[in-house]
Amino acid sequence: MTEGRSRDRKVLGLIVNPVAGMGGAVGLKGTDGRAVLERALSMGALPRSPLRVREALEALKRIADDIRILTCSGDMGALESERAGLPTEVLPIGAGPFTSAVDTMEAARKMEASGVDMILFAGGDGTARDIAGVVGTRVPSLGIPSGVKIHSPVFGRNPAMAGELAGLFMSGAKVALEEREVMDIDEEAFRKGTLRASLFGYLLVPSERRFLQGGKAGGGKSVAVELDGIAQEIISRMMPGDLYLVGPGTTTAAVMRRMGCEYSLLGVDAVRDRKTLGTDLPGKYILDLAEPGRTWLILSVIGGQGFILGRGNLQVTPEVIRVVGKERILVAGTPEKLKGLFGKALFVDTGDPLLDLELCGYTRVVTGLGEETLFRVER
Amino acid sequence: MTSRIRPFHHMRWNEPIIYQLSVEGQRGILVPEAEKEIEQIVGDGLSSIPGNMRRKDLPNLPEMAQPQVVRHFNHLSQENLGADSNIDIGQGTCTMKHSPKINEVFARSHKITDLHPYQDCSTVQGILEIFYRTEELFREISGLDRCSVQPGGGTHGVVAMVSMVRAWHRDRGEDQQRDEIITTLFSHPADAAVPKAKGYKVVILPPDEEGLPDLEAYKNALSEKTAAIFFTNPEDTGIFNSRILEFTELAHQKGALCCYDQANANGLLGIARAREAGFDMSFFNLHKTFSSPHGCGGPATGLLMVDRKLGVYLPVPVVRRNERTGRYFLDFNLPKSCGKVKAFFGVAPVVLRAYAWIMSLGADGLEEASRIAVLNNNYFMKKMLKVRGCSISFPRHPGRVEQVRYSWEKLKEETGFGTGDVQRRIADFGTHYWASHEPWVIPEPFTIEPSESYSRDDIDEYLEIMEQISRECYEEPEVIRHAPHNSTVHHIDHEYLDDPGKWAITWREYSKKYTGYFQER
Ligand SMILES: Cc1ncc(COP(=O)(O)O)c(C=O)c1O
Repeated sequence: MTEGRSRDRKVLGLIVNPVAGMGGAVGLKGTDGRAVLERALSMGALPRSPLRVREALEALKRIADDIRILTCSGDMGALESERAGLPTEVLPIGAGPFTSAVDTMEAARKMEASGVDMILFAGGDGTARDIAGVVGTRVPSLGIPSGVKIHSPVFGRNPAMAGELAGLFMSGAKVALEEREVMDIDEEAFRKGTLRASLFGYLLVPSERRFLQGGKAGGGKSVAVELDGIAQEIISRMMPGDLYLVGPGTTTAAVMRRMGCEYSLLGVDAVRDRKTLGTDLPGKYILDLAEPGRTWLILSVIGGQGFILGRGNLQVTPEVIRVVGKERILVAGTPEKLKGLFGKALFVDTGDPLLDLELCGYTRVVTGLGEETLFRVER
Repeated sequence: MTSRIRPFHHMRWNEPIIYQLSVEGQRGILVPEAEKEIEQIVGDGLSSIPGNMRRKDLPNLPEMAQPQVVRHFNHLSQENLGADSNIDIGQGTCTMKHSPKINEVFARSHKITDLHPYQDCSTVQGILEIFYRTEELFREISGLDRCSVQPGGGTHGVVAMVSMVRAWHRDRGEDQQRDEIITTLFSHPADAAVPKAKGYKVVILPPDEEGLPDLEAYKNALSEKTAAIFFTNPEDTGIFNSRILEFTELAHQKGALCCYDQANANGLLGIARAREAGFDMSFFNLHKTFSSPHGCGGPATGLLMVDRKLGVYLPVPVVRRNERTGRYFLDFNLPKSCGKVKAFFGVAPVVLRAYAWIMSLGADGLEEASRIAVLNNNYFMKKMLKVRGCSISFPRHPGRVEQVRYSWEKLKEETGFGTGDVQRRIADFGTHYWASHEPWVIPEPFTIEPSESYSRDDIDEYLEIMEQISRECYEEPEVIRHAPHNSTVHHIDHEYLDDPGKWAITWREYSKKYTGYFQER
């Protein structure tokens, strides 16, 4: 193969977390941390990733002549990539007996630096979190679901579909990219029976929506158009002089962007008269700002799980919510995101059971310009 | 048993747009010059038009000889699919059924084609009588009292209803206060889109576990701000909301109007009526249920029926009969009218076909048509649900009326192929299917509406196609992956359909966006 031709090939970064999913089979809910991993191994857990990766790579064989794989040593990628007969280049990462999050992050960093077209990774929420921490939304990424915890909507529905989608993207087909949440739960707490998830960041993920032929529905609006409609609606309702607390998320970020306001993607920001008063505010400060009757709360629906309070926005404390009042909470979500929650309720978990009860019932979710959709709220 | 599936290949002509075929100076017909004597009496014709109204340049029309024109349009029709060329049951919610050809003969009669809407009423008594009688027939069909045939389509019927809602509340001084319209997730998207376009805030109700609009959510949504409810029933899922009277009663208690989207009434004729369901108004797509083809956005009619109390708000003019003389006339004298929703008073050929269809069947015939449509749908459903990978939306509610929303979720999970893939493959059999309106809350959806036009053999043939495609998804994935094989277009780039800056559905628009036509001028 000549130099020139090999440079023409698109490059797919492949990162495999070889121990992802091992805890699940033995009831351990995740393998974050060396001690848990050793316990899993001693309980007879078997690696789950290789098979999942193999399934995903199957779909890439078809375009083997057009791509190159950049991956890590051994079971962090090279083994399966070579086994699938894909042209593989190996980074000197993950050669030791135990690999860890540090290796994943190092790999992501190197891959971004070398300009890969996409990172395909196998693991769970923890792996997604490690990668999001390094590349954020700068490199298109997609997960092969093989961990125990899959709460983030950044994974293919199953390994084969992840492979298909990666293949479609790598073959140059027009595939829309969307910013999606990376969630992770506190494994320690989860092992003890409580589910506590936080929003850690965002990845740029190819959309699964395929192109369709004909039909009066067309392909639907793009997420960007949906977001902009929601932003227009919320801005049109803003009252002069009132304070708006804007929660984390891509939906609320669209509101800030349209107003040309500075904002934080993961924090709570405060705005009045289209001017940012502060970004990523801590709970105590928020409480100081909030003034009864003149303060509104704008919340995103957190994708996948449907939480509106208590996940990723704990700065919005029960005290803040009481000052704002139920009728001044505006919830927003794109139809595309809410589709995933169809037939389910939205959830609140503020840490104050009485308040949670008050928030239950029905809420209107702003789903577009001049449009609201009713949702049940549960705790 | 031998297979019903026949080998098919679609026609491809790569036919240019007619403007691209235009050759300067070519003519289809040479119009004879006016004779000297005539010119002496009437002049040259042009100079009698005031100078400021006379155009300076010639209209931009294609110039072509007759054989090329005929060939062009034949090519286009050969590149088409539709109810006249194959089994067209895959466009659920659209009622793609057969329109008896005799009705076409009536519509094409010179007695219709020579009419002009500016003619004096005394010279168009015939068509006015047909409008009037059609209204009488729809009083029976809907149970409602007054009519407008002005709306030029289903979505336009919704426009008329929103205009009526606005006029009604304005008259009561409540227009400012009532700025919300409630609809349901599985009502036709027009029921949400039009109120939004007319400045209302739209509140959408989700379905409950049985697929019926969530009654508790509805009670929560209703308030003194509610101007009206806009419901389709049966909904896109094919599920009939049997609690509808509860919904309309609650709306009335709050002072809201109840508006019914009966664009698709094909499963209900003679069985259930808007009046008994508590609706104040309803529109009907004549270009679906009533013997006009539902194609290409027109010519169409969304006939509007309203309760007596709303009659004064109807769009003008309405067709009336002078009881003393028995003559028909157009009544413009409605001071409270919501105005006009369209030029003139209605699409005459469409109303004529509807009238002819209803009269040819009679009351019993209409009911029989609906019963067969429901029977066909349920026959198809029973068999379709045996096809591997297929399931039904809301399995807890098995009863369906005239259409069903299905799901290929299982197929997708097991084979990776979904509704878009089936859609590509089905083109290889000379037919098509539509998936469903957005958002796709039912995973990998498709919607089938067999109507009463199709024979059992037709339905079985379509089912066999579905079975074969499902089998291929499981056993011969390459066939699906590269489909269509016997059709002409592989993928349509949706970017052009989704982006208002790019789409072009007329030559003028195309010229504007792509060739700088208007800048040049
Ligand atoms: C229930 C319903 N309402 C409204 C419409 C819109 O009708 P049209 O296509 O004539 O605008 C349709 C048709 O597609 C429909 O099925």
